[in-house]
Amino acid sequence: MAIQVLIPTPLQKFTADQAVVELEARDVQGLIQALDERFPGLKARLCDESGTLRRFLNIYVNNEDIRFLNNQATVLNDGDEISIIPAVAGG
Amino acid sequence: MLGFGESSSSLPLVLTATLTSPLRSPETTYTGLRCRECGHPYEAAAHHVCSEVCFGPLEVVYDMERIKARVSRAAIEAGPLSIWRYRDFLPISSDPIDVGTGLTPLLRSKGLAQRLGLRHLYIKNDGVNVPTLSFKDRVVSVALTRARELGFTTVSCASTGNLANSTAAIAAHAGLKCCVFIPADLEAGKILGTLVYNPTVMAVQGNYDQVNRLCCEVANSHGWGFVNINLRPYYAEGSKTLAFEVAEQLGWRLPDHVVAPLASGSLYTKIRKGFREFVETGLVEEKPIRFSGAQAAGCSPIAQAFAQGQDFIAPVKPNTIAKSIAIGNPADGPYALDVARRSGGSITAVSDGEIVSAIKLLAETEGIFTETAGGTTIAVLKKLAESGQIASDETTVVYITGNGLKTTEAVSDAIGTPYQIDARLESFNRAWDQAQAHG
Repeated sequence: MAIQVLIPTPLQKFTADQAVVELEARDVQGLIQALDERFPGLKARLCDESGTLRRFLNIYVNNEDIRFLNNQATVLNDGDEISIIPAVAGG
Repeated sequence: MLGFGESSSSLPLVLTATLTSPLRSPETTYTGLRCRECGHPYEAAAHHVCSEVCFGPLEVVYDMERIKARVSRAAIEAGPLSIWRYRDFLPISSDPIDVGTGLTPLLRSKGLAQRLGLRHLYIKNDGVNVPTLSFKDRVVSVALTRARELGFTTVSCASTGNLANSTAAIAAHAGLKCCVFIPADLEAGKILGTLVYNPTVMAVQGNYDQVNRLCCEVANSHGWGFVNINLRPYYAEGSKTLAFEVAEQLGWRLPDHVVAPLASGSLYTKIRKGFREFVETGLVEEKPIRFSGAQAAGCSPIAQAFAQGQDFIAPVKPNTIAKSIAIGNPADGPYALDVARRSGGSITAVSDGEIVSAIKLLAETEGIFTETAGGTTIAVLKKLAESGQIASDETTVVYITGNGLKTTEAVSDAIGTPYQIDARLESFNRAWDQAQAHG
């Protein structure tokens, strides 16, 4: 399944400056794994030592925060668009 | 009003002094940025997250010894009649954009205090801040000064309304290009109060959190200075001036208890930081301060985490009239929780009905017309007072952060209507009798 991932500027040094990458994954957890396999070191930026997504990082599947879905177990489908966005202040 | 010497009682004098007071040495007091989570250091450039390690938020690092060596009560009192009298505590290195922001009144409350059974209640009224009648003028003055220093020619923000007003106005004053992003369903007064400065306004079909997400993507690709994204470490420091002014207006002492609104949690945590920095530099004596926070029940992720004893914030989808604080995914929420818990304060949510009642209560007892965020804060103050969580002799400061004329929709159905009369004495007398009968 081809999933499109929008890579934020601070992480583009891992992706050879690519702002968008395409990967295959069944769920968000698998997507993080796939990102790390293609771009080694990326997972350590996204997750803490226990593999949990860092608390100041938000992941959206088709504009929906995964915390409103099924967190890292959120199932992905062909054509989904994933955004990785650091939390920012308001407002 | 407790003021800053004789001159603060006169608006013309304030303006004159603001424009003519010399600023002190331009030597900077900040040394860089650092991750608030892991401590990793960064240069003082336009970035806001710890991209090298953990994605935590970055904050400004100061040389506190240098500040301590430079500041004194007398020097501050002789400084500009704006937030820039506290320049040594702010992260800028050039002449600031000074539009007279700050030094808003700290009122000793009588009517509201009496109604709530409090003896030492003070109201910090940023609803009359300049140029755009909210506390955002403080943070934007700092952010745009830094934006100019960093070479940005276009500035932007994701806003629930007040920030858009302020960014557009101060950008216009500074001659910077401006494009702001707001949720499309904002109050008409807040949209008009942005458009009048002629920025580009993007009204996004979505809530604030969605606007914020879009802006992060724009910030990644357009090279603009977003005051609350890539300029956020500098922007947030401006809120400290709300603490500095209160300490100075109280006669160089700290309050016992602070009640403030919570949206992203930034203002609340920076008020605490401001008081701490005044203690660290010897300007005031240390004493414990309780910090209580206010949220609208229709968007209360921090209050919910507080009530449930959680350390993490579960995001929510906002549904409240208090749009200016309707942030469902608050970036500084964990820090706000920490401040409330460590200080012995609390974070409380109130209903939209309570917010409207509180707007009316503040107006009727103090002559201050605040917006929904202020209504939220007063409603929480009332709740705390009625439940005995504020001792009557505590020096309590409640922060009013915005002006009611921007959100008239919130109260228009709850405040009655004028008597319609003819231009004849008899018509007036009849209406007057009716008015008296209605009490």
